[in-house]
Amino acid sequence: MELLKKLCLANGTSGEEENIRDIIIEEVKDYVDEYKTDPLGNLICVKKGTGGGKKIMYAAHMDEIGVIVTVIDDKGFLRFSNIGGINPYNMVHRKVRFKNGTVGVVSFDADTKMGELNLSKMFIDIGAKSKEEAEKYVQIGDSASLVSEFVDLNNHVSCKAMDDRAGCYCLIEAVKKNLRTENDIYYVFTTQEELGLRGATTAGFNVDPDFAIAIDVTRTGDIPEAKRMAVMMDNGVCIKIKDDGIISHPYVVNYMKECAKKDNIKYQLEVLEGGRTDSGAIHLTRSGVKAGVISIPSRYIHSPSETVSKKDLEECIKLIVATEKYQFKEAF
Amino acid sequence: MLLKELTALAGVSGCEDEVRDFILEKIKDLKTDEVICDSMGNIIVHKKGKGPKVMVAAHMDEVGFLISQITNEGYLKFKTVGGIDSAVLVSKRVLIGKDKIPGVLGMKAVHLQQGQARNNKANIKDLYIDIGAKSKEEAEGKVKLGDFAVFDSDYVEFGHGKIKAKALDDRVGCAILLEILKEDYDCDLYVAFTTQEEVGTRGAIIAANRVNADFALVIEGTTCSDIHPAKEHQKVSFHDRGPVITIMDGSAIMDKEVVGRLMDVAKRQDIKYQLKRTTAGGTDAGSIQRSNGGVKVGVIAVPCRYIHSPSSVASKFDISECLRLARAFLKSFN
Repeated sequence: MELLKKLCLANGTSGEEENIRDIIIEEVKDYVDEYKTDPLGNLICVKKGTGGGKKIMYAAHMDEIGVIVTVIDDKGFLRFSNIGGINPYNMVHRKVRFKNGTVGVVSFDADTKMGELNLSKMFIDIGAKSKEEAEKYVQIGDSASLVSEFVDLNNHVSCKAMDDRAGCYCLIEAVKKNLRTENDIYYVFTTQEELGLRGATTAGFNVDPDFAIAIDVTRTGDIPEAKRMAVMMDNGVCIKIKDDGIISHPYVVNYMKECAKKDNIKYQLEVLEGGRTDSGAIHLTRSGVKAGVISIPSRYIHSPSETVSKKDLEECIKLIVATEKYQFKEAF
Repeated sequence: MLLKELTALAGVSGCEDEVRDFILEKIKDLKTDEVICDSMGNIIVHKKGKGPKVMVAAHMDEVGFLISQITNEGYLKFKTVGGIDSAVLVSKRVLIGKDKIPGVLGMKAVHLQQGQARNNKANIKDLYIDIGAKSKEEAEGKVKLGDFAVFDSDYVEFGHGKIKAKALDDRVGCAILLEILKEDYDCDLYVAFTTQEEVGTRGAIIAANRVNADFALVIEGTTCSDIHPAKEHQKVSFHDRGPVITIMDGSAIMDKEVVGRLMDVAKRQDIKYQLKRTTAGGTDAGSIQRSNGGVKVGVIAVPCRYIHSPSSVASKFDISECLRLARAFLKSFN
């Protein structure tokens, strides 16, 4: 869990994924044949096959949600906008941290009625006395991540940015199994997923795979009064059937199921209402890619306390590895 | 600069013909290596160079109206093309179709509006265009369903270096591109005049796929609300503080290398600039960034008060600084 903790606590809002990319390169560079970064900052790592196999692309996104400074006012308060989906109520009196270490407290205009809270009525207080003092620490356009602690909840772990560092973690662990299969494997760590699958759009074009599998978190239906959903924590990794961005290709769904059954991997089927993953972009690149998604059940997504199950993470790693080894039949 | 001529032309998204023809005519006299009009109506001008492939883009289209129905009384119902606030519409003049039939945007007279309706903003569905026809037949003789209409508004210079016109978004960008084409650069330059930006940056998608650039700079008109009674933090950009450099908007997070290069050349050549103070809105940069295997993009924009209205207002100083910044950016590649 140390690697997952390190990944979650590192800061990398969309467009600012350098820290995360550096950690991942350090972890995987000895196991892959080559790696490169494309114009959108995607990290593309290649493990060549022994021949006769297919080109499989795995994608986990490095970026996390956050805030971006739009205005610094005369008294040194920062006005901000969101990077990715942020519920203003989740932000009240939270702390955020900028790349240079500056920390601020998020609050709201004192005359705001709580029912009418939105980001334009909110500000960040970094303890500056004036605009000039604030500008020594923060510029317009600087982004910040939520401040959070990595906590062990026995069966579960909880931190900010589990979406999608949990996916990055599982993919890194799969890389470290150091498999050489007949398939060409592209482990891709993407950027700007939270702003509309932007990195995956160009990564998919650059890799041009036969199959693509995104690794990302998904919601669950198991907290009090939850919106109805079949996915439960600790019930295994999810094979996605559908979300707002993709209907997983049946061939990919079936071969993932086959792999899970063969290797005795605990899995559940997932239909997600509201939400998308990188596969949504990748499957529409060039003339189309057969794609699916491996999801990790997660509670409290887009909050400082995104929570996943340790057991589900293990099953997720196993399913990635099993799909890497798959020997594709000629006809499908 | 040809801003007066460019803003006088009609070019609602999907019907940019007048603008395209004008630009093609002006390009004839300039030194270029290739001029392409693609299937979406984009103009792509190539000026060969040895350096990296750099695309600069501005859109030819403007917001406007599409005639959707002619009523039995001879009034025209319409759909808006692109984002238009209904509050700017009532009693404005428009010109319809190729023959530029004059019309006036009308709504129910104030003394006939009941209760709350008097205080509410006009609803676009309740507006109509009056072309002075006496009957459906007479109207049909002048206007066809599917005709486009634009605001009828003159280019006026006034006050302290201000310009008022329709369609400053983005004829100001087109005018700057035509100036850019007058000079030579080391980079492999592609100048793109795009279509259908106002309905979802559609032309740029196709233009970017063809050009397949290393870097791209979009030149735009952007919102400006530096006037009373906006609160300080609600003011998006300011007149006379130079072009706006975007860090992030709704369509893209701009590439750090491009933003850094823009700020760097601005500082070195003493060009005034400001940073965009909101993340709302979108430009062709989004489409270009995610074309092919990815393009490093940036946006610079001229602040326009009352944008998407018949009377957008820009400052001549900001326009000339924007041109200087665009040129300096292009000359920084070798």
